[in-house]
Amino acid sequence: MALNKPYSDIPGTTIFDADMARIGFHLNQFAMSLMKAQNRERFKADERAYLDEWSMTEEQKQAVLDRDYNRMMSLGGNVYFLAKIFSTDGLSFQFAAATMTGMTQPEYAQMMLDGGRSPEGNLYKNEPNKGAS
Amino acid sequence: MAKITAGVTTSHVPAIGAALDNGKANEEYWKPVFAGYDYSKKWIAEQKPDVIILVYNDHASAFSLDLIPTFALGCGEKYKPADEGWGPRPVPDVYSHQELASHIAQSVITDDFDLTVVNTMDVDHGLTVPLSLMFGQTDAWPCKVIPLAVNVVLYPPPSGQRCYDLGKALRRAVESFDEDLNVQIWGTGGMSHQLQGPRAGLINKEFDNNFLDKIVSDPEALAKVPHINYVREAGSEGVELVMWLIMRGALNDKVTQKHRFYHVPASNTAVGHLILENK
Repeated sequence: MALNKPYSDIPGTTIFDADMARIGFHLNQFAMSLMKAQNRERFKADERAYLDEWSMTEEQKQAVLDRDYNRMMSLGGNVYFLAKIFSTDGLSFQFAAATMTGMTQPEYAQMMLDGGRSPEGNLYKNEPNKGAS
Repeated sequence: MAKITAGVTTSHVPAIGAALDNGKANEEYWKPVFAGYDYSKKWIAEQKPDVIILVYNDHASAFSLDLIPTFALGCGEKYKPADEGWGPRPVPDVYSHQELASHIAQSVITDDFDLTVVNTMDVDHGLTVPLSLMFGQTDAWPCKVIPLAVNVVLYPPPSGQRCYDLGKALRRAVESFDEDLNVQIWGTGGMSHQLQGPRAGLINKEFDNNFLDKIVSDPEALAKVPHINYVREAGSEGVELVMWLIMRGALNDKVTQKHRFYHVPASNTAVGHLILENK
């Protein structure tokens, strides 16, 4: 019997469960490698060549090259692992989060200052939606 | 006899550490965050704990996908701040009370909780930001720290009930240690936040404030809340809050709330903080 995944109807959210961890194993381990300064330098010098050292799918590699974080997460990436990529780029968690929402960082930062994204309309996929999809 | 005298909960937002380390603590954005810990710094200077059992989660720093322990108790001599991608935080190394840590491991495992023992690991912002918030910038942490890392990155994390019950086992362990020690237990992480996907930035003040109420007054009921409520209502990363239940389980049923603080935002996150003393 399939496991119950009640979180599949949360809008705009990918829960990093054991199935996603299996799909994203090499992507996340690549990201983890960027915790070493020497690997960061090698990655920055030639991103494509560095990615080709890992058993990632072409889709995963392209998502990294595009810095498309939502795509990386749909392909098994976990945000704490992917954080090593935007840290290597010298970018903050808030910047990366903003790109995932389609907002600019100033727009996103203002939303947070205004109290954050409201739970109203954002708890179930089938309810009227206010921003997240 | 060693005794758990108090519990502290706090968020462990990495940007708080970065603000301190980069001299931004007096900026308008950060002032209200740090002001929420003014009382706490005075309180802990008076309390002078000998040892803190610090419950936190690793954020893909010490544990990659190679190995994901659900509960990992640090039994090593000391731990260095992790390089999380931009160099280690400029904070002191963390020294453990190794005899107590190994006593806890033996007691808790015998008590049916299958802990993983870790002797070598670096500790990331999940552990060092709470120390910075409570002790400020210092050349050496003023007490010993025993890390207890909980998996909340790979879903599912341990249940709220399991965390609460582990807290009770930790208390039995501490109270069966012969040396006279003033021990505190800290539960960190939360509160509501989501760092990923189109719903990033979710904050749920009602959920958070209810959690702050219930963890003091009715932790038994709170321990029964399933994961889906956390991830749906408090954001995918809000599920870190189960770690607070380990802290609460280790305290008396009745506690005195000495301090409560709540603030939005710190970067992407709602900051919550409690100080509870055993009655």
